[in-house]
Amino acid sequence: MTHGVASPRVCLTIWALLLLFTAITVVVAGIDLGVMNVVVMLAIAVTKALLVILYFMDVRDAPQLTRIVVASGFAWFVLLVAFTMADVLTRG
Amino acid sequence: MADGGARHLAHHFEDLEQQHQAASLGMWVFLVTEVMFFGGALLTYVVYRARYADAFAHASHHLDVTLGTFNTVVLITSSLTMALSVWSAAADRRRTLVGMLSATMLLGSVFLVVKGYEYAHKFHEHLVPGPFFRYPGPDAPEAELFFSVYFILTGIHALHMVIGIGCLAYLLLRARRGAFTAAWSTPVEMVGLYWHFVDIVWIFLFPLLYLIGRHA
Repeated sequence: MTHGVASPRVCLTIWALLLLFTAITVVVAGIDLGVMNVVVMLAIAVTKALLVILYFMDVRDAPQLTRIVVASGFAWFVLLVAFTMADVLTRG
Repeated sequence: MADGGARHLAHHFEDLEQQHQAASLGMWVFLVTEVMFFGGALLTYVVYRARYADAFAHASHHLDVTLGTFNTVVLITSSLTMALSVWSAAADRRRTLVGMLSATMLLGSVFLVVKGYEYAHKFHEHLVPGPFFRYPGPDAPEAELFFSVYFILTGIHALHMVIGIGCLAYLLLRARRGAFTAAWSTPVEMVGLYWHFVDIVWIFLFPLLYLIGRHA
């Protein structure tokens, strides 16, 4: 088969990065950064999710159509949250 | 096995590569519906957390960050063994494949055991929403809301893990008989996509539920 499957070396590198980001997020959670706590936490979670999607789930080598489906799926979720919060946060 | 996987080719596909792409696309469409399934519950969390930020931060202190971190490491490692399972199948390494699938099942089970221990602890502390809910602090109704969302989110996540372990058991039985080869290992890859997705859900649940109020 010609489709890309992550090699053990790539898998181990991604695993190490995921553990590193987990450590960072736990440490940062103990420091009071105000609003930035949530921002940093979500940024790290999104980064970890992207590593899993692109490398463990082999989306980096997937056909264009699959990549569009993946991206649009998560984009719709972002829309769901964005429009709901636009309402919730602006109520009197 | 010397047929290059041809016996797995359904008549409506040109070749195995096209069939594999169709399977992968179909699996992703299913996972997108899963994004929406978890997304609705996650949105509930976001809305209530925005409204009752202090109560949610305070309630999150009742979760065990050490156990949560341990489970995160366990689940990330299970994603590693799952990714290595997919590679083993594609590289025609049957023994490695059987070992990696077993490791993934074991790590998934460890996660569920720790989760069960945490749940039992919540029952003992009367933190399970319902008639026996007792909360040692202000904002008890809002804290009960936090624990409702906690049990729903982690509950449906755990249910997905149980289903995933079932799928892995099926793969393991077939892998032992040499069903997966370099020419054809689509089921291993599809279960892999599902398993990694469940990992991604936890990657978001862990900080949102366990770490949210830690600095406060």
